[in-house]
Amino acid sequence: MTVVDLQQAPATQLHSGQRIVNDFSFVVATTNGTGSQTSNNTLLRALFKMGVPATGKNLFPSNIYGLPTWFYIRVNKDNYRAHRDQAEVLVTYNFDTFAEDIAALPPGGVCIYPMDAPSGKKKWNVVTPSRDDIYYYRIPVDELTATMNPDQALKEYIANMVYVGALAYLFNIDMSQIEHALSYHFGGKAKPIAMNFGLVKLAYDWAKDNLQKIDPYWCESMPDANFTKDMMMIEGNAAAALGAVFGGVQFIAWYPITPSSSVAENLQSYLADYRHDEEGRATYAIVQAEDELAAIGMIVGAGWAGARSMTATSGPGISLMAEFTGLAYFAEVPAVIWDIQRMGPSTGLPTRTSQGDILFTHFLGHGDTRQVVLLPSNMEECFRFGWESFDFAERLQTPVFVLSDLELGMNLHVSTKFEYPERPMDRGKVLSAEDLQKLGGQWARYRDVDGDGITYRTLPGTDHPNAAYFTRGTGHNETAGYSEKVEDWHNNLKRLAHKMNTAREILPQPVIQQNKGAKIAIVSYGSNDYAIKEAMDYLKAKHAVSVDYLRILALPLSPKVGEFINGYDRVYVVENNEEGQMAQIMRIDFPQKAPDLRSIARCNGMPLDAEWIMAQLLEMEGK
Amino acid sequence: MGRTKTNELGLLAADYSGRPSTLCPGCGHNSISNQIQQAAFEFSLDQHFVVKMSGIGCSSKTPAYFMGRSHAFNTIHGRMPSVTTGVVLANHHLKAIGVSGDGDTGNIGFGQFKHLVRRNVPMVYIIENNGVYGLTKGQFSATADYGQKTKYAGKNELPSIDLCAEALLADCSFVARSFSGDAKQIRSLLRAAFSHRGTAVIDIISPCVTFNDSVDSTKSYHWGKEHREILNELGFVRGQDDIAVDYEEGNSQDVQLHDGSWVRLKKLDDAHDPTDRTSAFRVLEQARKEQVIITGLIYIDQERSTVVENARMTDTPLVNLPEEQLRPSKATLGKALAELFG
Repeated sequence: MTVVDLQQAPATQLHSGQRIVNDFSFVVATTNGTGSQTSNNTLLRALFKMGVPATGKNLFPSNIYGLPTWFYIRVNKDNYRAHRDQAEVLVTYNFDTFAEDIAALPPGGVCIYPMDAPSGKKKWNVVTPSRDDIYYYRIPVDELTATMNPDQALKEYIANMVYVGALAYLFNIDMSQIEHALSYHFGGKAKPIAMNFGLVKLAYDWAKDNLQKIDPYWCESMPDANFTKDMMMIEGNAAAALGAVFGGVQFIAWYPITPSSSVAENLQSYLADYRHDEEGRATYAIVQAEDELAAIGMIVGAGWAGARSMTATSGPGISLMAEFTGLAYFAEVPAVIWDIQRMGPSTGLPTRTSQGDILFTHFLGHGDTRQVVLLPSNMEECFRFGWESFDFAERLQTPVFVLSDLELGMNLHVSTKFEYPERPMDRGKVLSAEDLQKLGGQWARYRDVDGDGITYRTLPGTDHPNAAYFTRGTGHNETAGYSEKVEDWHNNLKRLAHKMNTAREILPQPVIQQNKGAKIAIVSYGSNDYAIKEAMDYLKAKHAVSVDYLRILALPLSPKVGEFINGYDRVYVVENNEEGQMAQIMRIDFPQKAPDLRSIARCNGMPLDAEWIMAQLLEMEGK
Repeated sequence: MGRTKTNELGLLAADYSGRPSTLCPGCGHNSISNQIQQAAFEFSLDQHFVVKMSGIGCSSKTPAYFMGRSHAFNTIHGRMPSVTTGVVLANHHLKAIGVSGDGDTGNIGFGQFKHLVRRNVPMVYIIENNGVYGLTKGQFSATADYGQKTKYAGKNELPSIDLCAEALLADCSFVARSFSGDAKQIRSLLRAAFSHRGTAVIDIISPCVTFNDSVDSTKSYHWGKEHREILNELGFVRGQDDIAVDYEEGNSQDVQLHDGSWVRLKKLDDAHDPTDRTSAFRVLEQARKEQVIITGLIYIDQERSTVVENARMTDTPLVNLPEEQLRPSKATLGKALAELFG
């Protein structure tokens, strides 16, 4: 093929078949640090406000500037919200990945790329596309950007608005919603809105005058569909932070780590807005610690003193927190730890998602530990566990881990309005000075008075001569005294195991979706939910395979999980890690059913998608 | 007669006792425990509002041996600083007394120690410094003497870390050193430390009779008696009133503490001003060169703000705030969500 000098080239035939409406994916290829996130989120929000179910996925490098980054927007009229690896429409500003990005398009896909050099370095004007089975559009990014006369410092950022305008024209995205989304992004500030929208409009008009729509992909408003009505968009880490604020969080210690930092940053901003007294005094304290060892130490200290305390981290931080959470488990100190999971082992891929910390956190600590783990699947649950985790931690007097992941935490997701906590805070079994007075000062820190394995504690600062006890990670008897006696040790471990059995009943119960007559079932958790529901629909519609579904919300596992799996010939445990970690926990807890548990597990940095889950299940079913 | 004497709270000294010590007979730590108990009694500390914090090691066991009416948290090795930071921010009405050792502070907990001091967490931080790991039987710690030889650990090839100098370098607002054999000085330093605004570090040379008490060890009883130089003697005056000016010109200095109490320093080293950081570094360096143990108040700064002050929290400790102040209203949630709808 020759060097292309046409605005619209090569000369692909005008598509004459049926339009494909609201059922495809965009991918925008740029380099990180160049400001494309504003453009991408503007497109996402505009589509969402058009009533079109749209899901964004940011695929970014662990880097500050200059490495490839991709942003996927899936539009789906049926409201499937899982990520798809396959995108049909490519916008690329990244010369370095141009060839591979084009190669990844399906036949009949679309490629939009610059006809000049937005960075001034790349020779877009002489580029030769490698395929002739896709539709091309070229846009004069540099020339249009220059028309706006932006500050040199802003030029690279604002150039991203050119593709917003071009996409708006080519794919019928509502310009008024784009303006609205920009206004939202810039908090109503007139100058940046005018500058950015000005360029969007310029690009739109240029496209209208110079490009002929030849591909089959279209977006259309869905005002009556109700998929986005009364819905909002939020990232999981923001939802978690907001939940914690309404959970009455009192103390936060954290150490920056991707992809969890925005939990603490959102906390900082929400707390500043909503948690001061009339004199402007904070009803919380937040400390950026020197490392994760200190962050967990601080929240264990605050939890012991009676504050609702939390931290947020990711895998490497969890490794450093092992010793302290073992202590907190054994000394029975409440604390909440959010783990926004990323790829491990080791530093792994800090900007890629995974569910790799399930086994590690559940058994975190040396000796026999069974930590409590909550597993949110969506924004509503990130918010809910944001406040509810404190109730569980204080009720059970133990660390509570909330395992989100990068997919939930750092991407915008559609959500219903969050529900205000429906019950008062549960501060657990705490004896006050008055309580001690009534008891005649008779109490024992680790005596199981109620038979649920949960004992009573007092807080430092309780004004009673018998309030104090000695908290230790060493062997202790009921009165918290040091003990090396065999029976003291054994009784304590037995009681802790009993407490965790109580937890199985108290913690959020699994969500079950059943069809009549299904012989097989899927068990999963966390961010896989969207892809699983989509896969189940496909299995039924395309392959007449009926599958039931149980979604786990907490560890240790509810007895309901055991009851559920007993009802099926085969149970597929679907998860985003290599070793099938949840399947292993289920085999430990329900050994009688172990032969029928099959693991569908993958860990490659991407969220699971419906097509892959379906293909795996069909293969394992021999279909 | 002393046994029936009561303090301002109407308590006897015995009311500040703990469980019997299980440390070796003659251990320096036991006399420190006794002085903590005595100083707390004399100061009329309300034990219900005291937390005793520690890490791991012989020293960290000692909170069990004094002030049995106070909550205690024997945490993990070297991490007492972070736990105490959380406790104090959760409830800033508590008085935290931490007991650590040279390994707990100078080795495994070195980073946490420096950051605690840097934050100026209000607490009394006592280091029971004997240069060796006792519980694991005699290995050298970071404060062991350079070139020192012991029967158990061989020769120490590494220089000794001076924990007072490290504290000072991290902007510690109260740095003191003492010797476990000097009961009176320990008590006077403790009383001043109880009144101090931020972190009060007291590094107490406390001989390990089992593993490091040979005459040539700078952590031995012998060395402490023969090579000790007292920088200053502390008189402590409780209360808000100005103390009457009555001292010999040139060798006495008064410092007012955060709670209004005063420390009167009778200077034995005329050249050292404990409010002068440079002077503090100088005396520490000189002592290191001359291999003497300088004791007394090395540095004090009552101006530096604390982590609690910087947090700008409600006067009511966080743990005592009612639910209404912790959980914003339903209307507030509505407002927060409205912003997300855009």
